[in-house]
Amino acid sequence: MAAPRGQRLSGMQKQVLSLYRGFLRAARSKSDEDRHKIESIVSEEFHRNSKEVDRKNFLYIEYLLRRGKKQLDQLKNPGTTGLSSLQVDLSKANN
Amino acid sequence: MATVFLKKAVNRIPSSPSWKLSLLRAHASEAQAQQVEPKARATSTPKTFQIYRWNPESPSKPELKSYEINLKECGPMVLDALIKIKNEIDPTLTFRRSCREGICGSCAMNIDGCNGLACLTKIPSSTEATTVTPLPHMFVIKDLVVDMTNFYNQYKSIEPWLKRKNPPENEGKEILQSKKDRAKLDGMYECILCACCSTSCPSYWWNPESYLGPAALLHANRWISDSRDEYTKERLEAVNDEFKLYRCHTILNCARACPKGLNPGKQIQHIKSLQPKA
Repeated sequence: MAAPRGQRLSGMQKQVLSLYRGFLRAARSKSDEDRHKIESIVSEEFHRNSKEVDRKNFLYIEYLLRRGKKQLDQLKNPGTTGLSSLQVDLSKANN
Repeated sequence: MATVFLKKAVNRIPSSPSWKLSLLRAHASEAQAQQVEPKARATSTPKTFQIYRWNPESPSKPELKSYEINLKECGPMVLDALIKIKNEIDPTLTFRRSCREGICGSCAMNIDGCNGLACLTKIPSSTEATTVTPLPHMFVIKDLVVDMTNFYNQYKSIEPWLKRKNPPENEGKEILQSKKDRAKLDGMYECILCACCSTSCPSYWWNPESYLGPAALLHANRWISDSRDEYTKERLEAVNDEFKLYRCHTILNCARACPKGLNPGKQIQHIKSLQPKA
């Protein structure tokens, strides 16, 4: 999804960037330690998807956007203290 | 593949109790659900189901996948067939289900073009293939599972709980209601929020964000009609909106789709009739 500097962004690219910004903003309301953890998980997730996901696979990107928006809403809740990620090996789970 | 989880602190918002206290009476669709056809002598009745499949983990275009099962070894309902397919043919098939008796509203889906609960819909006896797809115009999470966030948020927006201005007369006691006042809630309190009505409404398809939809409006009317609630005027004002309420054009697909035999269109008409005339 990454576009070179100066190139005009598509609507969907803007949505992805604004979602990313939303996560960074939500992270600022958490404690310092949690904030760094959230930022690293979020940036890892966005970078991984930007490499793995075909930029023309709109259906999937829209799905990820909706999922991200939902997670962001939960993160914004003051009761939520942080994020954690879980490594699942699909090849083993599907035996 | 990394999956992100959200850690929650201990303080959780208590969920509203209002839609859990439903004592159910017999309904037409449930009575129909109990009729099971006597078994014929043939040992095998093949039936094909075409089921919508889409998995976000291996991104590709959604497709209809065919599964053939023997109806002689299967329960009478579409949900029985889905469970049989999941157990015996394809364990990756994903759908929501819980009570299998039409009280939880989890298994709402589109069966042969009509919205309904899989657990209350009999497997069509025709030999043609039956098509099962997710609720129309909803975002799909996986296979037959749809994203209900917007639907639940709209339900939340009508404040589905008892609101009082004065404290109850007898402190710590229930607020009593006459039998006549209670009867006004019939035809509304039975709603299980399965979303069959809202997702069958063309008007809701075009304005899912701004139009509240039949289910939420039915519940709005349930609280407007409640004799114990003292915010009737405020509730009427809250929905008195060109989009929230008046996108209902009495198409009445909602009444056709409702698996509990309710008529949301009639309840919406009741809200409209209570609005002050301009």
